[in-house]
Amino acid sequence: MATAPAPLSLSASTLPARLRAGAVPAGARWRQARRGRMVVRAKIREIFMPALSSTMTEGKIVSWSAGEGDRVSKGDAVVVVESDKADMDVETFHDGIVAAVLVQAGESAPVGAPIALLAESEEEVPLALSKAQELSNGQPQQAPPAPTEDAAAAPPPPPAPAAAPAPVAAGTKGIASPQAKKLAKQHRVDLAKVTGTGPYGRITSADVEAAAGIQPKSKPAPAAAAPSVGAVPQAAVLPPVPGATVVPFTTMQAAVSKNMVESLAVPTFRVGYPIVTDKLDELYEKVKPKGVTMTVLLAKAAAMALAQHPVVNASCRDGKSFTYNSNINIAVAVAIDGGLITPVLQDADKLDIYLLSQNWKDLVKKARAKQLQPNEYSSGTFTLSNLGMFAVDQFDAILPPGQGAIMAVGASKPTVVADKDGFFSVKSKMLVNVTADHRIVYGADLAAFLQTFAKILEDPESLTL
Amino acid sequence: MQSTAAVSVSASATASRGGARSEAARRPGGIRVCGLRGEALTCPSLRISQAPARLAAARAAAAANGAVAGSGGGFDYDLVIIGAGVGGHGAALHAVEEGLKTAIIEGDVVGGTCVNRGCVPSKALLAVSGRMRELHDEHHMKSMGLQVSSPGYDRQGVADHANNLASKIRSNLTNSMKALGVDILTGVGTIVGKQKVRYGKAGFPDKEITARNIIIATGSVPFVPKGIEIDGKTVFTSDHALKLESVPDWIAIVGSGYIGLEFSDVYTALGSEVTFVEALDQLMPGFDPEIAKLAQRVLINPRKIDYHTGVFASKITPAKDGKPVLIELIDAKTKEHKETLEVDAALIATGRAPFTKGLGLENINVVTQRGFVPVDERMRVMDADGNVVPNLYCIGDANGKLMLAHAASAQGISVVEQISGKDHILNHLSIPAACFTHPEISMVGLTEPQAREKADKEGFEVNVVKTSFKANTKALAENEGDGIAKLIYRPDTGEILGVHILGLHAADLIHEASNAIALGTRVQDIKFAVHAHPTLSEVLDELFKAAKLQPREGRDSKPR
Repeated sequence: MATAPAPLSLSASTLPARLRAGAVPAGARWRQARRGRMVVRAKIREIFMPALSSTMTEGKIVSWSAGEGDRVSKGDAVVVVESDKADMDVETFHDGIVAAVLVQAGESAPVGAPIALLAESEEEVPLALSKAQELSNGQPQQAPPAPTEDAAAAPPPPPAPAAAPAPVAAGTKGIASPQAKKLAKQHRVDLAKVTGTGPYGRITSADVEAAAGIQPKSKPAPAAAAPSVGAVPQAAVLPPVPGATVVPFTTMQAAVSKNMVESLAVPTFRVGYPIVTDKLDELYEKVKPKGVTMTVLLAKAAAMALAQHPVVNASCRDGKSFTYNSNINIAVAVAIDGGLITPVLQDADKLDIYLLSQNWKDLVKKARAKQLQPNEYSSGTFTLSNLGMFAVDQFDAILPPGQGAIMAVGASKPTVVADKDGFFSVKSKMLVNVTADHRIVYGADLAAFLQTFAKILEDPESLTL
Repeated sequence: MQSTAAVSVSASATASRGGARSEAARRPGGIRVCGLRGEALTCPSLRISQAPARLAAARAAAAANGAVAGSGGGFDYDLVIIGAGVGGHGAALHAVEEGLKTAIIEGDVVGGTCVNRGCVPSKALLAVSGRMRELHDEHHMKSMGLQVSSPGYDRQGVADHANNLASKIRSNLTNSMKALGVDILTGVGTIVGKQKVRYGKAGFPDKEITARNIIIATGSVPFVPKGIEIDGKTVFTSDHALKLESVPDWIAIVGSGYIGLEFSDVYTALGSEVTFVEALDQLMPGFDPEIAKLAQRVLINPRKIDYHTGVFASKITPAKDGKPVLIELIDAKTKEHKETLEVDAALIATGRAPFTKGLGLENINVVTQRGFVPVDERMRVMDADGNVVPNLYCIGDANGKLMLAHAASAQGISVVEQISGKDHILNHLSIPAACFTHPEISMVGLTEPQAREKADKEGFEVNVVKTSFKANTKALAENEGDGIAKLIYRPDTGEILGVHILGLHAADLIHEASNAIALGTRVQDIKFAVHAHPTLSEVLDELFKAAKLQPREGRDSKPR
């Protein structure tokens, strides 16, 4: 993740020999080297869903060996994760306090999604809790993490809301039943503040649920239950169509669906721009034998333009501020079997097109094999979507959450153009369309960016420098 | 395997045992394919069936050994067994098979703890809890396309099921002994001297009988630590719990062994919340640590259960005067008071104590150790001076070697073998054990730490292989992929040291492993045995196949 400060530390690793290959008939052995990552900000570390096997795209939390408020040391098993093959104990690579569990036992999260926050000391626990709040509001746990960490632009932590109740100590006055304690921990309810209504004034699970504002599960409510605060309203479920086949979403499709619905919360606008590509096509013919693709050329051009227009590379995370990314990472949409993924060309402004091409080849290969590491698909700061190869002349894209703008590129085709003197000629022209978050990117910003972008492409020699 | 033995023996009912064996051994291929030893056909511990043909063969063999006279040779009986539990019953049946004139003395009810207050009724409750659990698991049901609306239960109906099962098994046991001609004598048996037993009920004159051999099989009762007041309603033992007179909202279970674990399964399925109180630092001590860990993950953490470890329940007061059950917890090491629990009920499952009082052991200079009757490896009772008391044996919970019903029965059969003139030592490491939670846990042989300790001492290597129920087709079809099986073995010889299973029907799966240990079958041989597909048994199949041996020149690939 290029926007993150350099030291990436490891938060979780697979325990190599807990269950050996003997358990798996295919003999597939998980790659021990794969590990969840974590990013350092302040002294709060995220524990990510690790990739326990090469085919694992999401994992289910079987149980948390460490609960919120528990102090853990490096090497302790903190969580048990169920992959498609087996249950694995996952160890922490750092000492600290489990400040917030983001994904509860029984829930699933995609590989790379943060599943808990680890605070280095007691003082950081409230900070971690507020961050947990931020994560659960701004960003669904199910979605792959977008680049949230920007040390330079990290907003000062809001005053710890409601004095973030510390995890329940053992010696609470009110007696609580086993399930009530479990629920209290899960929903961060301070048992000391709950009035027990059970036998002998005991706190029951119903009391905790009431305190946490959870509706008792009287009947399995349909999907249209009251949306919780900050959540995007779910689309109403339509009545089933007789005779139709219903195929549930895969994890990836579910993530896409969720992201798309969430994008509705962002006020976007679109600006189109025609670009003459004769010179670009010439350049492409020249560099093609060296393994450079049009995608890479476009990504490079976008990155160079973004370098001059940082606001288009920024994002709006809280509705109140600009988050300027220190790196330019171009995510490029790639259709893969049954889904869509956005491998990221990191530092596209800094690397030359040959290196980028090499990276791109690797990324696509990994994407098709579903082996992308989380930072390889979730760290984009700007997205490029190209349907030109399908002869689409123009389209617009939906802005993915966590980014400021996305560019949709159509096909380049011979077009009759008249110059300012009225002379007609035939030039190759393509239409690009950028969708941007109007909270931070205004029309003029986008126009200026597109102008720069067009200039680079119309005189593309700079791409090869 | 058993059926193989039975068929070949009955086919040669008139022949001698040796004949039967050689005939079986001659059958081409059969033995090698199964990886079974020819000797297995005469392995005493396997002959439990009462097929008449086999009986005849056994009698012939016994007569040939010259050890038995049908009349009792001046004694009233060849064998008198004190206690008609599962151990006594197993011994009696085998004694009849060996042609011994046998009596069994029962002071309470036939069937003992297992049938009346233990394994049997608890299985009825667990059968209910398993179904309740399944019906309540909406997710599980839905994933199989099933819809169930608000399942409930009738407590009395459940209790009746358990009680009816116990009565049924009890009458089966009684009838099987009567049918074979075992005399069932009612009363409390006391040993009054060498080969002499007195028995009688209160209000009736005592009777005295003589017996060539005596087996003590008086079993055990729930152990209740000091400071715990049992009222049978809110503070009780498994004896009361099995009657299921109430389903408390919140029950503390003191002890997290087999009994506690099984009851936690029952109570949580019926809607109770459970708090475990365990004196050791870890729940489920005694289980292989890895299995215990997984069991905690599957059987404890997702359920309405919490626990206190490393604490003793120093004082438990039943609910009265408008107060709940109070449990005082003290630190197991420092003995300092830690906490007082307030719950609706407490089940004391802290183990079982031998029931050996009133046996008259003092008459023959035998001193019990913490109540247990001291025995040697042949179950012969040892007196205070460490000498064997002739013609007196003790089996089952009363000797404390391995407090399991089937272990008692196996010990009884072993004793009968000896008194029929065939030396026999029971291999306790081949006796499986099971815990009937959902999913079940089962084990045989050594745990991994035990095996490693033994390996260190004796200088051999230990290998462990594991397989997951997630990789088993049948388990996945049942939507029950939780569980593992692990095999502990010697990579140099292929000897199976232990097998531990947690998963669907684990208790039924363990026998392939326990039989292999009993018969000395080694990994390299059993791995060629074929398992029907798709079955849960393939979990073990995979385990055996995964076990790799150290390559060695000229290793004998056939069993010895």
